[in-house]
Amino acid sequence: MTGAIRAEGQFRRVAERTRAAVNLEVDGRAVAALEGDTLLTALLTNGARLRESEFGDGARAGFCLMGACQDCWVWTADGERLRACTTPVASGMRILTRGAPWPTQK
Amino acid sequence: MADAKVIAPTVIIVGAGPAGVRAAARLVAAGLRPIVIDEGRMSGGQIYRRQPEGFRRPAAELYGFEAAKAEALHRDFDALGPKIEYRSESLAWNVYDGALHVLTGERSEALRYDALILATGATDRLVPLPGWTLPGTYSLGGAQIALKAQACAIGARPIFMGTGPLLYLVAYQYAKAGVRPAAVLDTSPYRRRIEALPLLAARPAMLAKGFYYSAILAARGVTMLTGVTPIAIEGDGQVASVVFQDGRGRLRRIEGDAVGLGYGLRSETQLADLARCDFAFDPVARQWLPVTDVDGRSTAKGVYIAGDGARILGADAAEVSGQLAACAALADLGRPAAAAEVGQLRRTLGRMERFRRGLEHGFAWPAHLAAGLADDVLVCRCEAITAGELRRAATELGAPEVNRAKAFSRVGMGRCQGRYCGLAGAEILAARLGVPVEQVGRLRGQAPVKPLPMTTEAVS
Repeated sequence: MTGAIRAEGQFRRVAERTRAAVNLEVDGRAVAALEGDTLLTALLTNGARLRESEFGDGARAGFCLMGACQDCWVWTADGERLRACTTPVASGMRILTRGAPWPTQK
Repeated sequence: MADAKVIAPTVIIVGAGPAGVRAAARLVAAGLRPIVIDEGRMSGGQIYRRQPEGFRRPAAELYGFEAAKAEALHRDFDALGPKIEYRSESLAWNVYDGALHVLTGERSEALRYDALILATGATDRLVPLPGWTLPGTYSLGGAQIALKAQACAIGARPIFMGTGPLLYLVAYQYAKAGVRPAAVLDTSPYRRRIEALPLLAARPAMLAKGFYYSAILAARGVTMLTGVTPIAIEGDGQVASVVFQDGRGRLRRIEGDAVGLGYGLRSETQLADLARCDFAFDPVARQWLPVTDVDGRSTAKGVYIAGDGARILGADAAEVSGQLAACAALADLGRPAAAAEVGQLRRTLGRMERFRRGLEHGFAWPAHLAAGLADDVLVCRCEAITAGELRRAATELGAPEVNRAKAFSRVGMGRCQGRYCGLAGAEILAARLGVPVEQVGRLRGQAPVKPLPMTTEAVS
């Protein structure tokens, strides 16, 4: 069950709102973040999930935020695995949250 | 002179939190140039984690009463500059045959050491419950990092549940940041805290801060309950409420859009295990911990353990034990520190050990909650494995201890490597087998201690 996504996102910014904007693409959708955000922050201020459990028990949205639980893995469109809680956002990132893309020939 | 040709010993420190930083500074003071391996982008560890560049909140807002300590630690580390070899964003993932294996980017290097100081810190100690994998549920430490390092709250109406001093600190920090917690639910009965007072009095300032946080939360009208029994986190695809039994046994539900969950901390000990340090069961924490002497010297030659990675004593003790471990390493390398310095550090640490016993009594790990989990509750977040499957490993498959149970059920084999299921899993297994928890042993550390990229390349 994925459920409804909170329009305003799971995370709430409480300060530091005046940083430069960073634009990325998540599952084909434009997402606005701020410089200094982690990928996890960027995704969760814009939505309520990060990934699907590979074991069929629903969506996940990270857990430990300190690189220990590995429950915030997302993928780039190029197939690189990223740990969202320790990866800073960068302009032009293309992120997939619904599993690894098929490998492409290089 | 032969002296000119003496090669300086290589000392590697893993971790740049309070223990690692103080160890590094002490070694530099002795004329060495240690290597500091840090998974973080900047020094400070989790407790004194720095906000990213471009953030402007002052230290007082980030660290509260601990601002002066945090600033001193950051300043002192930065002042070490070229006197150390600092490798940030680097993962120490194995210890083998006198070398530490370190991953930076996609390159892994084996670094030989004469002394290795492990200052690897801790993670939250968790008891699973139904719904703990719902989006919106975070570890307490995670809830704090969101605020401190990203200026974000985990939700607009968070519920903080579990036990321990961090429960109140994080709730207080949220309230101060303008996010009023929906509730603070503590599984420890209040009388345990009263019983623990004589031990907690070993550190009066810490005790006073604890009372202060609770008083502020109460003054802001935050619901604070003790002696609760968590039942479930509920919601349709995301957190909507927490159901629990209050201290009088009444079933209650509190609505909220996020949960911060934690029952104290557990030491990160995988590298000590891979370095072949002996472990012993610590009945105070109900955890297996590396055996060390008072200075942090492990049973493995040249390996020292400092800070919360040795036992959970907190940030102040970590600074002390970091210096002590450095002194121990220096002594073993033939450069002993003055007896007065070592004696003073040991006495300070002793007082903190008393306080630790108080905390573990006042905010005890609720082993019975883990042991009593229903069969259908997910224990392993990584691979969605239930308490029932773990119990079947004990009864039908005959696993007498946690590593066999892991092989049969995969609990502890997922990508968190047992960090979040291991302690609860041991309680479940022990209860099913009807033996004390120390009898089911501990999950052995496996390399790599965290997943490596598939493209990792070895360099020499």
